[in-house]
Amino acid sequence: MIRLDRVSYSYPRATSPALNDLSVDIPAGQFCAVIGANGAGKSTLCSALAGFVPHFYRGRLTGTVEVAGIDIAASSLAELAGTVGLVFSNPFNQITGARFSVRDEVAFGLENMGVPRAEMETRIDYILQFAGLAGLAERPPFALSGGQQQRLAIASVLVMRPRVLVLDEPTSQLDPVGSREVFTVLRDLAATDEATVVLAEQKLEWVAAFADRVLVLHEGRLVADGLPGDILASPDLQRYGLEPTRYTRAARAAQAAGLRPEGDTLPVTLEQAAEFFA
Amino acid sequence: MNLSVENISFTYPGGAEALRGVTLDIASGEAVAIVGENGAGKTTLVKHLNGLLKPTRGRVIVGEWDTREHTVAKMAARVGFVFQNPDDQIIERTVGDEVAFGPRQLGQSAPDALANATAALEMVELAAESGTHPYDLTAPQRKLMTLASVLAMRTPVVIFDEPTMGQDARGVALIGNIIETLKSEDRTVIIITHDIDFCADHFERVVAMADGRVLADGPAADVLAQADLLATTNVEPPQLIRLAQALGLPGAPLSTDGFIASLRRRDGTR
Repeated sequence: MIRLDRVSYSYPRATSPALNDLSVDIPAGQFCAVIGANGAGKSTLCSALAGFVPHFYRGRLTGTVEVAGIDIAASSLAELAGTVGLVFSNPFNQITGARFSVRDEVAFGLENMGVPRAEMETRIDYILQFAGLAGLAERPPFALSGGQQQRLAIASVLVMRPRVLVLDEPTSQLDPVGSREVFTVLRDLAATDEATVVLAEQKLEWVAAFADRVLVLHEGRLVADGLPGDILASPDLQRYGLEPTRYTRAARAAQAAGLRPEGDTLPVTLEQAAEFFA
Repeated sequence: MNLSVENISFTYPGGAEALRGVTLDIASGEAVAIVGENGAGKTTLVKHLNGLLKPTRGRVIVGEWDTREHTVAKMAARVGFVFQNPDDQIIERTVGDEVAFGPRQLGQSAPDALANATAALEMVELAAESGTHPYDLTAPQRKLMTLASVLAMRTPVVIFDEPTMGQDARGVALIGNIIETLKSEDRTVIIITHDIDFCADHFERVVAMADGRVLADGPAADVLAQADLLATTNVEPPQLIRLAQALGLPGAPLSTDGFIASLRRRDGTR
């Protein structure tokens, strides 16, 4: 569904590339997390998958980015909009500012896609309910709290049912239960092949619990690619500016203290940790 | 400087009642984390502590000052406030001027303001960016810059709204160190956060809010261990407490060391 072949990209006037010789294939229906320190290239990768790199940011892109068979460089943002949905990390950058109510904001993308009115109403009602925004449908978008704006940004993208969903730290302002709900929906969309999901995320506990696969970026390069259990328990993690989950840290400390044998597979999730320490 | 929130309620003009009778006493030098679901009233509450909002009922006393009787500009000398979204508070054209803006507004001399700004930028590891335009920083760097601009004011009370949002592990550690430094200087630190593990690392007292009210207020280990109560405001206990509870371990460990100690206690009795 997504294919990157030797992709490098530099922002205008940048002295070093934001993406450096990236090659990766992401099959349909996969929930793929992208992790790395700030500045590693996560947001740039998200922008490239949605075509904002290079169409909006300009700069120099080499190699091929292909999403659902579309060559990003050879297509326009308008063509891509129906296929790829991008959720920005800061909802303020996502909300159009052209709509006076939450309901109309969610309708914006569907109107541009020419969805029939009756279907539009059904889809909007459903998504507002799902996002916990039904009671706020008539409020102006910028009168919402930070967390509510973030849910609106996610709802506005999900309502278009894109085949490829790209999300850049989509739950940074959500409470823990709200975050869990969003990640559960993303996992279900991927598991039922409704969407292929690419998620840039700092909170590794969520990545461990929900992703099928983890890519690690470091200074624009892809430095690791594998299962969450392997990547997140790897001793290399800290070299890339990432901290393992508390579960992994507790397991290492228990081994160091001689309470658990060295060499056991380290846990990365609550369930695995409960088994490790049982 | 003591803070006293006395049974306050607040209704936004034409809007919902955001606070419904909140009472809270915070002593000088305390470190308090406020947690709770989106829309619980957390940000509304802290905006009362620096006088940005005045209560509809009840009163807020900041070191003898009733916030209703003092301007926000005057309150700023006592209570520093770092907004959730850094772009809500950027004024100047260089990072250095931006961070010196607050201290200058408080009437510090130019050399003092510069010295405080420089020290604050060093704390957030942005000293090299002093001549950069704020909007040429990345979003996480801008957040650290706004943190520095509040630190530079050297206020006795510092409030952070979601300080770790968008930060990577290194940024989170940096902010953790800043909070520990403020605590060691006996300044009062109040944060709003959804990052419960960060809360467990640095805050001795936790206030859980829901629906404009205080749901629980007490030592971190007590409040953060009440999974059922926290669930009613969309919060989950920190990772190590969840693990300890899943294993039936004694106590509510907030740190790896605490967890290992609980583990030893259980394994020792087997």
